[in-house]
Amino acid sequence: MLAESIEMSTIVVLVKQVPDTNAKIAVQGGRVDLSSVKMEMSPYDGFAIETALRHKEATGGTVTALTVGAAGTEKILKDAKAMGVDDIVRVWDDSWNELDSNALQSILKQSIESLGATAVYCGKSAADTGAGSTGPGLAERLGWANASNIIGAEFGDSVTVSMPVEAGVAKITVPLPAVISCDKGDFKPRKANVKGIMMAKKAQVELMTATAPASTVIVAQHSMPAAKPAGKTFEGGSSASQVVQLLRDEANVL
Amino acid sequence: MTDMIVIAELTKGTVNPSSAELVSAAKAMGGDVTVVVPCTDASMADSVATYEGVSKVLAVKSDLFAGNDSSGWASALDSSIPNGTVLFLASARSKDVASRLAARRGLSVVQDVVSIEGNNLTSPIYSGKANQTVTVNGDAVISVRANVFSGVGTSSSNDVSVVDASGDVKTAVQDVMQRASARLDVSEANIIISGGRGMGSPANFSHLEAVADTIGAAVGASRAAVDTWEEIPHSMQVGQTGKTVNPNLYIAVGISGAIQHLAGMRSSKYIVAINKDADAPIFQHADYGIVATWEEALPVFQDALSNLLG
Ligand SMILES: Cc1cc2nc3c(=O)[nH]c(=O)nc-3n(C[C@H](O)[C@H](O)[C@H](O)COP(=O)(O)OP(=O)(O)OC[C@H]3O[C@@H](n4cnc5c(N)ncnc54)[C@H](O)[C@@H]3O)c2cc1C
Ligand SMILES: Nc1ncnc2c1ncn2[C@@H]1O[C@H](COP(=O)(O)O)[C@@H](O)[C@H]1O
Repeated sequence: MLAESIEMSTIVVLVKQVPDTNAKIAVQGGRVDLSSVKMEMSPYDGFAIETALRHKEATGGTVTALTVGAAGTEKILKDAKAMGVDDIVRVWDDSWNELDSNALQSILKQSIESLGATAVYCGKSAADTGAGSTGPGLAERLGWANASNIIGAEFGDSVTVSMPVEAGVAKITVPLPAVISCDKGDFKPRKANVKGIMMAKKAQVELMTATAPASTVIVAQHSMPAAKPAGKTFEGGSSASQVVQLLRDEANVL
Repeated sequence: MTDMIVIAELTKGTVNPSSAELVSAAKAMGGDVTVVVPCTDASMADSVATYEGVSKVLAVKSDLFAGNDSSGWASALDSSIPNGTVLFLASARSKDVASRLAARRGLSVVQDVVSIEGNNLTSPIYSGKANQTVTVNGDAVISVRANVFSGVGTSSSNDVSVVDASGDVKTAVQDVMQRASARLDVSEANIIISGGRGMGSPANFSHLEAVADTIGAAVGASRAAVDTWEEIPHSMQVGQTGKTVNPNLYIAVGISGAIQHLAGMRSSKYIVAINKDADAPIFQHADYGIVATWEEALPVFQDALSNLLG
C-alpha cells in the first residue's frame, strides 16, 4: 500500500517553563527572585500542544514536545506527556546560561533538524519574555514556511490556518515543513486524564545537546517598574465631567 | 559606532506618525540614523523626508508591502537595507518582521523596548510585573513600544533614495473570511475604552462606542465580556490571553482589574476606571477613578467630552 511507504511525520511542539502567571514577582539584588515561585508551562504552549495533537490525529505521525532548559524544567515535559504527546526531549548543555534569541534559535534549529520534523508548533509568545520572536525567527533560520498567532487550523498535505490580519481574519495555506505559532483560538487544550498522568510518571526524558553561538545580548539587571503615583478617586457619576477636565488639563491626553 | 536603521511603521498603507518616535529612540543609542520606508510607491516616504536629525531616507519599493506576508517583508528588507542596528515599532506585525530580519542576519532581537541608555535597553517582562535591562554588544534588531519616546520634529527636507526590492513569498492568503469592523483595532489605538462584565449586556457596548467615536478611540473588552457574550469578539480582548496594549489613555468600564487583565494594559500612560465597587482592584492602578455605575457616569463623561471636543 502506498501509505506505508510514506515516512511517518514527526510533529514537534516547543514548550517553555515560566513562572505561574498569577505569581507575585520580586527582585533581589538586581535579579528576579523565582526561588519561591511556582513554575508552569507557558499558557500559549498549551494551545500549541493541542494543535499539534490534532494535526497528528488528522494525518498520523508522532508528536514530540521539546524544551531548551536546565534539569528543573522537566516537569512541563511530563505535563505535555500527560496531555498525550509521544516523546519528550530536553536540550541543554551545562555551559549554557542565559541564552539570547540568536543562541536559542540556533539551538532549536539544530534540534529540529536532527529530529527530522515536518511541522513545528510553538506558543505565540512566552509569558516571561512576551517577545513572540521564536516562531517567526526559527522559521526563517530553517527556511520554512510559517504562520504566526493562528486561531484555528485544518490539516492535510499542507496546513490551512486562520489568523488575524489587518483586514480581518485570513485563511492561509501553509505548505509543510512549517513553523506555526499558536494564539488562544478555537482549540481548547485538553486536560490530562488519569492514564496520561500515569504514563507521564514513567516516561523517559530524552536528552539532546547542540552547539550554541556566544550570546551578544546580555542581561544586565532586573528591576521593579517605577511605582505609579497614587491616583485620584472620585465618588458619583457627576464627577465624570471633572475627570474629563483633568484628562485635558493635567494629563494632556485629550 | 554602529549605524542605526529605523524602519518606518506602515499602518493601512500610510506611514504611522509614531515612526518619528523611532528616530528619537535610535538617537538615544547613538550613531547615524537612516530611515527606511517600506512602500509600494516612493511618495509614501514624503512625510518622513522632513524628520529632523536623519542622515538618509531610503524608500524600499515592493508590492510585497501591500500584503501580510511578513517573511516576504523580511526578505525584501534584508536584501535592500545596510547592516547596522535596526529599529522597528513594537506592533504585532513589525515584531514578527523584526524577529525574521534578525534571524536572517544571525542577530538577536530585543522586543518591546521602553527605555534606552546607550547600549542598555529595558523591556517589560512577566507582563510588566518587572523590567529587564540588557546590554547589546554589536548589531541587533530592536522593537520599540509606541508612546514612550517623543517623536523628533521636522526640518528641511532630506533627499529620498529609492530602491526596488523583491522578496520570496512562502504562504498564500486564500481568503479573508471575516472583515474587520470599520473600528480601530485596540493594538493600533492611542485611546482605548474597554468594557467588562459590569456592562451587563453586549448591547450596552454601544455606549462605549459612542464615547469612542467622540475621541477617536478603539473599543476593547475584558475576557469575561468576550467569554460571556458571543457578540464581543476575541479580537477585542485585552490581557494576558488577549492583546497587550500601550495607549496614552485606557478607560476601563465595569472591569474589576484582575491580574490577567492588568497584564495587557498596565503600561498605559493614563488609566481611568469607572466601577461601582470602590474596592475593585482596578482603582489601585487608575490615575483617575470614578466610583459609580456606568449608567450614571458614562452619560456625564460623554457630555463633557462632546462639550470639550464637540
Ligand atoms: C489563564 C487566564 C488568562 C486570562 N486572560 C485574561 C485576559 O486576557 N483578559 C482579561 O480581561 N481577563 C483574563 N482572564 C480572566 C480574569 O481573571 C478575570 O476573570 C476577568 O478579567 C474579569 O473580567 P471583568 O473584570 O469584566 O469581570 P468581573 O471580574 O466580573 O468584574 C465586573 C466588574 O464590573 C463592576 N460592575 C458591575 N456592574 C457595574 C455597573 N453597572 N457599573 C459599573 N461597574 C459595574 C463590578 O463591580 C466588577 O468590578 C484570564 C484568566 C485566566 C485564568
Ligand atoms: N527555551 C525554550 N524552549 C522551548 N521552546 C521555547 C523556549 N523559549 C521559547 N520557546 C517557544 O517559543 C514561544 C515564544 O517564545 P518567545 O519568543 O520568547 O515569546 C514559546 O511559547 C515556546 O513555544
